[in-house]
Amino acid sequence: MPTVGLKRDVLFSILGRSYSEDEFNDLCFEFGLELDEVTSEKEMISKEQGTDKAEGASEVIIFKIDVPANRYDLLCVEGLTRGLLIFQQKLEAPIYRMIELPANSINQMIIHPSTAAVRPFAVAAILRDITFTQERYQSFIDLQDKLHQNIGRQRSIVAIGTHDLDTIQGPFHYEALPPKDICFKPLNHKKEYTAIELMELFSTDSHLKHYLHIIQDKPVYPIIKDCNNVVLSMPPIINGDHTKITLKTKNVFVECTATDLNKAKIVLDTIVCMFSQYCAAPYRVEGVKVVSPDGSYLMHPELPYRKEIVSPKEINKSIGISEDASSIASLLTRMCLPSVIIDNGQSLEVEIPPTRHDVLHACDIIEDVAIAFGYNNVNRTISDTNCVAEQFPVNKLTDLLREVIAAAGFTECLTFALCSREDVADKLGKNIKDIPAVHIANPKTLEFQVARTTLLPGILKTVACNKKMPLPLKLFEISDVILLDKTKDVGARNQRHMCAVYYNKVAGFEVIHGLFDRTMQVLEVPNNDYKFIPVDDAAFFPGQCADIMVRGQNIGKLGVLHPDVITKFDLNMPCSVFEIDIEPFL
Amino acid sequence: MTVCEEAMAELSEKLLTILSERNEFDTLDLSIELQFDHQRLVGAVKSLQSLGDVITCEQRNSKQWELTDEGKEIAEKGSHEALIYESIPLEGINQNELLGRVPNGKVGFSKAMSLGWIQIDKAAKDGPRVTKKVEAIEDGVKEICQLVKNFQIDKITDQQKNECKKRKLISEVKIVSYFVKKGTDFKTSVSKQEIELTADMIASGSWKDKSFKPYNFNALGLPPASGHLHPLLKVRTQFRQIFLEMGFSEMPTNNYVESSFWNFDALFQPQQHPARDAHDTFFIAEPEEAHEFPMDYLEKVKTVHSIGGYGSQGYKYDWKLKEAAKNIMRTHTTGVSARMLYQLAQKEKFTPSKYFSIDRVFRNETLDATHLAEFHQIEGLVADYGLTLGNLMGYIEQFFKKYGIKKLRFKPAYNPYTEPSMEIFSYHEGLKKWVEVGNSGVFRPEMLLPMGLPKNVSVIAWGLSLERPTMIKYGISNIRELFGPKVNLQKIYDNPLCRLDK
Repeated sequence: MPTVGLKRDVLFSILGRSYSEDEFNDLCFEFGLELDEVTSEKEMISKEQGTDKAEGASEVIIFKIDVPANRYDLLCVEGLTRGLLIFQQKLEAPIYRMIELPANSINQMIIHPSTAAVRPFAVAAILRDITFTQERYQSFIDLQDKLHQNIGRQRSIVAIGTHDLDTIQGPFHYEALPPKDICFKPLNHKKEYTAIELMELFSTDSHLKHYLHIIQDKPVYPIIKDCNNVVLSMPPIINGDHTKITLKTKNVFVECTATDLNKAKIVLDTIVCMFSQYCAAPYRVEGVKVVSPDGSYLMHPELPYRKEIVSPKEINKSIGISEDASSIASLLTRMCLPSVIIDNGQSLEVEIPPTRHDVLHACDIIEDVAIAFGYNNVNRTISDTNCVAEQFPVNKLTDLLREVIAAAGFTECLTFALCSREDVADKLGKNIKDIPAVHIANPKTLEFQVARTTLLPGILKTVACNKKMPLPLKLFEISDVILLDKTKDVGARNQRHMCAVYYNKVAGFEVIHGLFDRTMQVLEVPNNDYKFIPVDDAAFFPGQCADIMVRGQNIGKLGVLHPDVITKFDLNMPCSVFEIDIEPFL
Repeated sequence: MTVCEEAMAELSEKLLTILSERNEFDTLDLSIELQFDHQRLVGAVKSLQSLGDVITCEQRNSKQWELTDEGKEIAEKGSHEALIYESIPLEGINQNELLGRVPNGKVGFSKAMSLGWIQIDKAAKDGPRVTKKVEAIEDGVKEICQLVKNFQIDKITDQQKNECKKRKLISEVKIVSYFVKKGTDFKTSVSKQEIELTADMIASGSWKDKSFKPYNFNALGLPPASGHLHPLLKVRTQFRQIFLEMGFSEMPTNNYVESSFWNFDALFQPQQHPARDAHDTFFIAEPEEAHEFPMDYLEKVKTVHSIGGYGSQGYKYDWKLKEAAKNIMRTHTTGVSARMLYQLAQKEKFTPSKYFSIDRVFRNETLDATHLAEFHQIEGLVADYGLTLGNLMGYIEQFFKKYGIKKLRFKPAYNPYTEPSMEIFSYHEGLKKWVEVGNSGVFRPEMLLPMGLPKNVSVIAWGLSLERPTMIKYGISNIRELFGPKVNLQKIYDNPLCRLDK
């Protein structure tokens, strides 16, 4: 969930009143936001870097607010306050419009076919006659950053460039060139670099180095130039210095390049809807003609207003309320979804503005009705869905066995299903190649390289962490191991195992043997239906290991662990164990 | 009865006889009178006291001169100086040899010299030679020590007392004594007390004539040899019970390895969603991909993601089978819910159903006090015609009521596969604030309709983690103490019953 940090006083001045923390918390809660933290720049720096570093930092109070991940329109103070004011019926939702330009306008962006190999989509728009202040400018930059991080997936899907239009001249060309053929002065640098040099330069930049991989190994890099070959940007890495925006900038050229056209449009719509507020003609955005490689073109931003027909009856039924059509319409209006009654009140025509790309389906509209009505004002009732409950058989058997084993004096462990390759192989005297284990592709630590194929390592690790406890230790676990299995759709399956460990100054094999006998007794397996066949296993002491055969089926092993195994698990006492598959007893 | 116990019983009876004659005595006075060790006498009085009201005791504090260990030795064997004197043969003795013969020889030698009992010839040819100077001596120090031993301290002068004190032969100690009188149940004979009832006593009937030592209720009992269930799994049992009481059937969640298709795509979670990032999810190198899907359904899922349908705009992106086929360690159990709902949709006639599961899920996290790479997810869902958001809140309210939480409120939230979505908050009386306890929502039509469920069937669901309520319940701040090898076994041994509503 994205978090936006907004200055409290700016927030309150736009909302037209001040709130106590609790009041503001309640307002957020109702609207689906969460006041995560009240802090200041100084506090944040001192928390992250120490108090001495925070010396002189701003003490202006900042509200950190959690915003739902699909509400891009709430990622800046402009949008968040607009949403809240409309929710409180203190403001009417603005209408966002594109100003069409003559077809021969120079403000075109021509997409070259070469971009297909690296970043095929681009859209653009112009904010005309905008007035920046320090606050507005900062918010403009912050919003771009939030969009980059969230919907843009760290710029990999969408990257934004904003430029002072008065420093450049259309038409603009979006193309892809070999890195050696790209040369420009990057933002806030004093000299020109080739793209190859830039990648080298930025490889040590704490901020930009995270984006280099997106294009690093591509044969061509994306580049946007104006008609005079002035570089606007090399997306998704850096803008040119030439087109840098200052507080004096009046006309802003916004471009979004992307690997996903829909997301590029959402990002562009979001930026211009939020910041056209500061244009001489508020909420009006100047279009840019974007020409595709095939010669077709579209005007951007699209700023689509889509209509959805919904039934008040269905809405009431879905939520469990009984509001009339006009009341539902006014609830929706509070959620920036202006609605009109049609068909004599049988239907509502809901207009979805370009700020609400999160509305995909009627169910999203229903949710907004419920939010505006107040989730906590809905009657809580139980449906008359009558069902006879059934337990999952293997879980039922597991719970019954757990009780019996604990009653026999053993204590239950709960260990991880993921472990190291060593745990299931080397430490047990086996080769990992012979183990039918599921391997993790991207573990963050060595502790999670494979899914366990046996419960034993987890229990032995539990013993190792509890060596100070009085002996003997008698432990067990009944849980799943994971085995490769080509017959399953995913190629692996779980198997419910039971493992018991006796750890003492003497091996105490008869204790483990006795527990196994007891297990067979409660599973109603008579003595002559199971037997132990001596077998060699590297994990066990020679001559003290057997396969457990129940009615001719091998269900596991029991025996005394090999001293090497004991040592490798950082233990120093003898240890006898058994581990069986309990699924044959279902 | 041991010899020691017998002696004690004998002493007890003797004391009672004395008491019946005199009506009262002080233990310290009596010990002097009887020449008997005071501590043993007090022991006997205490054991009489434990019989009930046979005697009454009043504690008294006093001071008394006592011999130190050195003093005791002198009382018995004589002073160091006397021993030196006694050790000198008629013809005299080499000084070093003399000092070696007697313990504390140096002290004894200098005392004997200053008393004028012995003399030394330093010019003797074999080294200094010691001879007796007087014919007989009187060992006064020994006599004093014997007087102290026999409680005849009043026969010693203050000067002698100080002398002995300086030589650390006597010391003044605090003495606790008891002033004993007859009690209301006074009798002169007490039979020995039995510790516990035995089978023999019952068989012979002898228990009727015996008196029994009262049980010491202040001591701890003997801890039983016992096995123990794991605290977290005890809570799991209770949550299973709650669902079963509410008529929910358990889903087969024994498949930790899941395809991205069932874990994400089936839930209308787009392929670029951050949750599908390698940063958050364990992907699997072997078996890397799932190889079998219900293809009709898969096509519908692809369509609803890439171009929409069922009244939805879709996400408008290029949906790839390759991405859906990637195997992962499941990030939630909702993939199993999707499988169950898909199966439900394949039945000839839809049957309203209630399902639950409590099982492990995996996140590619680095372990710390509040994060594990695996934890348990609790999930409940109801599929029926015409379910409402109010129903969902109703079920959640009943569910948490059984868990002992009565004050709930719901916050709008975002989740890719539910709409409406609600975070569940409960009021925490201890923390005096609302804390998030779970998530919930109505499954999106984009998830249900491609499965083939009837259009007017809704599925409402909620979920929470098993660990969080358990940590709150038992006041555990480090999750690693609860799950994994670093668990503290003593805490498992000591864990109380799991009664969620208490």
